Amino acid sequence: MSDRAGRHTAIAPTDAATRGTAEILSVQGVTVRLSGREVLRDVSFAIAPGELTGLIGSNGAGKTTLFRVILGLQRASDGTVLIAGHARSRRNAPIGYVPQKFLLDPDMPLRARDLVGLGLDAHRFGIPRPSRARRALIEEMLAAVDARDFADTRVGLLSGGEQQRVLIAHALIGRPRLLLLDEPLANLDLRAAQEVVELLARIASQLEVAVLISAHEMNPLLPVMDRVVYLAGGRAASGSVAEVVRADVLSELYGSHVDVLNVHGRVLVVAGAGDEGDMHGHEGVFPGRRHAPLPGELAL
Amino acid sequence: MSAALIFAHGFFSSEDVRIAIVVGAVVAVVSGTVGTFTVMRGQSFAGEALGDIGITGGSGAFLFGVGPLWGFVAAGVVAAAAMELIGIQRPRGRDLATGIVLGAALGLAALLLYLDSTLHNTTGAGRTILFGSVFAVSVGTLPLIAGLGAGVLALIALLYRPLLLSCVSAEMAAARGIAVRAVGAAYLLALALAVALAAISIGAILSTALLIGPAATALRLTRRPGLAIAVAGLVGVAAMWLGILLAYDSYYWPPKETGWPVSFFVVTLIFLAYLLSGLPALLRRRGRSG
Repeated sequence: MSDRAGRHTAIAPTDAATRGTAEILSVQGVTVRLSGREVLRDVSFAIAPGELTGLIGSNGAGKTTLFRVILGLQRASDGTVLIAGHARSRRNAPIGYVPQKFLLDPDMPLRARDLVGLGLDAHRFGIPRPSRARRALIEEMLAAVDARDFADTRVGLLSGGEQQRVLIAHALIGRPRLLLLDEPLANLDLRAAQEVVELLARIASQLEVAVLISAHEMNPLLPVMDRVVYLAGGRAASGSVAEVVRADVLSELYGSHVDVLNVHGRVLVVAGAGDEGDMHGHEGVFPGRRHAPLPGELAL
Repeated sequence: MSAALIFAHGFFSSEDVRIAIVVGAVVAVVSGTVGTFTVMRGQSFAGEALGDIGITGGSGAFLFGVGPLWGFVAAGVVAAAAMELIGIQRPRGRDLATGIVLGAALGLAALLLYLDSTLHNTTGAGRTILFGSVFAVSVGTLPLIAGLGAGVLALIALLYRPLLLSCVSAEMAAARGIAVRAVGAAYLLALALAVALAAISIGAILSTALLIGPAATALRLTRRPGLAIAVAGLVGVAAMWLGILLAYDSYYWPPKETGWPVSFFVVTLIFLAYLLSGLPALLRRRGRSG
């Protein structure tokens, strides 16, 4: 059945991703100076397909700037960004991107399925030609993010969590090997945030996509993060959570003493007495299970 | 009610009416299509400004004895280019650039209108430029209007997908490799041409009504972009045709022997359509609370 075939093309991992676990994104010594100020200094890390990486840092730490460099919207003053081993260019496999603080006008005549469809071919000129294959792809992506129930609702009328899911479908339908999400959990209530996190973990492992999520709060991501890139003062430390979220590593990064506290499975990064405060993990409560059960499977 | 009461004597045999019906339809479809994006992009102010700037073009064309459409088109395109060149890259920069160009153009309009009235000793020109008359369009202008209209529609069809994503989020569009600035500039050109076409039919000042009104009405009634464009076009055409009919009939209304201006009817009908389009939502809210 053509429908079934369409489903498989929609969800099956890309050829390149199945070939191995070569690095999809490699950031090497990236420095960005904006009007004389060093926003990022010598930032290096790499991520592989199937991995979920948290880009953690407080507001103004340079998370969005780093995303803009990866997307090719901001030139790095120094250093290189390699996507699947190649310098970024427009012909690269597309990078899926969900921007920060996305709030669509409720008056915009655009259904959830229209926005997902734009993810497929918005870069092309002309009017989209409706076809069974196109419709099936959109339907499949909507199902993969559990957005079928509100597929025909105006995007602007959806809740924050629902909008995030539609945006993730929009970003994924072009079959990127790298998915960037800028603060996707900001402005979400605890339950919606947890749902989005679980969805992203599912996507990373089942679609073999490298997922990079920026957040100022690391606790919601703790159960699913394979790797953390911790940004402070424009510099980065990266590795597993156990390697990075440690008093000595973060103290060196901040350039002043910080403590890392484990409270009921949550991690708190607390500035030492008298130091300029830069504290994470002070909001919300999230069980710090390392291995969260992932409810449901991707609809295949 | 007999047809004679609705269509006053000679309605269909009048060549002015036939031209008006064709021009009105072309202009309304173009305005509805472009206007839908204008409303989605929140560029109503740019649309209004380009319409007002048409006064400069229209009065200049009159001074040099050229057809007014040429004046509208030239002023619109030059103004759009100027807005794009000033192009201040800040959230409110777009409105700032628009305001600066609008101010300069209207200053020039003040001079041109003054020269029109002193050198040509007519007062009618100013009124036609500002408030237009679709009955005053000459047969010779028809091919130009149709050609420009088709050109604008083709440009919007070409830009459709990148433009739509740019409306949703310029950031997402840029991340997809869309040249957001170039798409915006091309769209501004389409807007300038659409406004020039509207100005020829209902006047430079009222062109905004045809651009924004039907589109705003359509956005209330539909939730799909393509359908919104179609509804905007239909509302515009309906307002145009009904306005033409009422203006023709008004010749027999008091005061005797002078018709009411067609632009008045068109703009009033568009306003009524917008008010009516709010009814479904209002009734739904009532129904839920009651």
